[in-house]
Amino acid sequence: MDKAKAEAYWRANTTLIRNLLIVWAVVSYGFGIVLVSLLNNIKLGALPLGFWFAHQGAIIIFVILIFIYAAQMNKIDQQFDVHE
Amino acid sequence: MSVELWTWIVVFLTFGLYIGIGIWARVRETEGFYVAGRGVPAVANGMATAADWMSAASFISMAGLISTLGYDGAIYLMGWTGGYVLLALLLAPYLRKFGKFTVPDFVGDRYYSQTARVVAVIAAIFVSFTYVIPQLVGVGTVFARYLGVPSITGLWIGVAVTALFAVLGGMKGITWTQVAQYTVLIIAYLIPGFAIASILTGNPIPQLALTFSDITTRLNQIQVDLGFTQYTQPFQSFDMLNILLITACLMFGTAGLPHVIIRFYTVPTVKDARASAGWALLFIALLYTTAPAIAVFARYNLINTLNGKSIEEVKQIDWVAKWEKTGLLRFVDKDGDGKITIAPGRAFNLIPGTNRPDFNNPNPNSKNEVFINNDIIVLATPEVAKLAPIIIALVAAGGLAAALSTASGLLIVISSALSHDLYYRIVNPRATEAQRLLIARIGILLAVLVAGYFGQNPPGFIAQLVAFAFGLAASSFFPAILLGIFDKRTTREGAIAGMVVGLIFTASYIIGTSYFGMPRWFFGVSPEGIGTVGMVLNLVITYVVSRLTPEPPKEVQDLVESVRIPRGAKEAHYH
Repeated sequence: MDKAKAEAYWRANTTLIRNLLIVWAVVSYGFGIVLVSLLNNIKLGALPLGFWFAHQGAIIIFVILIFIYAAQMNKIDQQFDVHE
Repeated sequence: MSVELWTWIVVFLTFGLYIGIGIWARVRETEGFYVAGRGVPAVANGMATAADWMSAASFISMAGLISTLGYDGAIYLMGWTGGYVLLALLLAPYLRKFGKFTVPDFVGDRYYSQTARVVAVIAAIFVSFTYVIPQLVGVGTVFARYLGVPSITGLWIGVAVTALFAVLGGMKGITWTQVAQYTVLIIAYLIPGFAIASILTGNPIPQLALTFSDITTRLNQIQVDLGFTQYTQPFQSFDMLNILLITACLMFGTAGLPHVIIRFYTVPTVKDARASAGWALLFIALLYTTAPAIAVFARYNLINTLNGKSIEEVKQIDWVAKWEKTGLLRFVDKDGDGKITIAPGRAFNLIPGTNRPDFNNPNPNSKNEVFINNDIIVLATPEVAKLAPIIIALVAAGGLAAALSTASGLLIVISSALSHDLYYRIVNPRATEAQRLLIARIGILLAVLVAGYFGQNPPGFIAQLVAFAFGLAASSFFPAILLGIFDKRTTREGAIAGMVVGLIFTASYIIGTSYFGMPRWFFGVSPEGIGTVGMVLNLVITYVVSRLTPEPPKEVQDLVESVRIPRGAKEAHYH
């Protein structure tokens, strides 16, 4: 595999990782902890929203993030012809 | 039939199943022994990882802990799940492509250094031993509570069963046993969850019942009436900084724990490694989103059942009588009105130097008249919800499955560190396949026996040990592996300096603040969260020292380039 193509593949991967980790940090450290008191003024169902993120929402979003990563990387692997 | 008879039947059947799987999965070569022949499908590896990950503590203690902590329980809920995102995005795919057997393999090869390999071996063994001891203690406890077997006997029954399937089947036996154990433990957790959600809210799905019924609103109101703060009120036990740092330490520690990382060596391809991290977290999330719901239901139910009721009447309730006998539940009539008062504060003072209440020494500074051990929340839920004896038996089997599956995953790490990393990679690199397999089997047998011994005579500081394991993993392995993949310029000198400083800083802070009266000098950070600071320190030092030392040799840079490309994972380990 030539160097330029390998570098482009790696850049596509690290960009995707960066974007997903921003979401990861915002829903857990952001919505679940730092902004919890603010978000608790809003209700989701019967629960304060900040509390919901800390006890339910962040975990659910973590699962979704990993499956998005796996699916997107399969596409990127195909596109750069590095899949198995 | 009695609960005890049902429990014997269920435990006997599940243990028989685990041993049967061990015999079916026995292996003849080291590839099978250490990494299950790299033939584990992604979904199965997800289940095995979930069982590997969720310990006796997750199964038995976590819901109770959350029920006491309220919002602040978020440190465990997010901390013990968020690390899988880091694993899936930053570590697992590349370690799978690297394709050897252990974590010290990667550290030793990537940092072209036997010193780094030995540091990694010692850290892997220490972290895993720390973790395996409470598992075996947990096995003994479940036997004692449900079957009236002395806990030491129960512990050795667990050790014998684990030794059998681990020695015969190595990682392959452990993996497929863990798939069975996950199935047992999740059924055992969810059925009582459905039942109690349905009884209290009319909605059988615990997560929906928590979010959409008014149960939490009612609990908040009751708590305020009794003088507590609201259940959903944040930062009651920890301040915001500590919640942030503890959560982060548990996340980064998770991603650096060797027994979790090596599970990703067992799948056929890089693509499977990514997917199986997703499956693992999905299976873990089934329990981790149910636990906070059970925490709310159980707290609401306990307060309603006990508060203001006559002590004599309450003691007639079956489950109250049973748990009172075990010392996990205790009443004291402080005001002499014959009724139970639940209030903030401890009902009893602690026995000095321990975390256990002294039942002869009621605490005069609190009106609280009930002591409730956290573990009751999960263990008593089926009885509180009046479920059939077979379900109660299933919960006992679930607790055993959670403890044994985690123990076996840790034991394979200890055994491979001894027999593969120390014996084969350092002492005798010319060992034949047959010799290596024999040594691996002896290694795991030794590890099981030593762990059993420590389970029987646990050190008095188990709680700090777990904080230690996560702090250590976060401040040593995680940065070393992360930079090893993402920064080609990271050198041997940089990585060793970073690991040593991260470890010493974290260890001395935990030991100093826990045992030697050292003040929490770093912004009041608690020892559970200091691993995050150790990790940042490690990253900075590794980065700087690497820029000041000669760049890694060409073949190491080639290695880094090759782990970044998924193709060839199937052949990568035959060089």
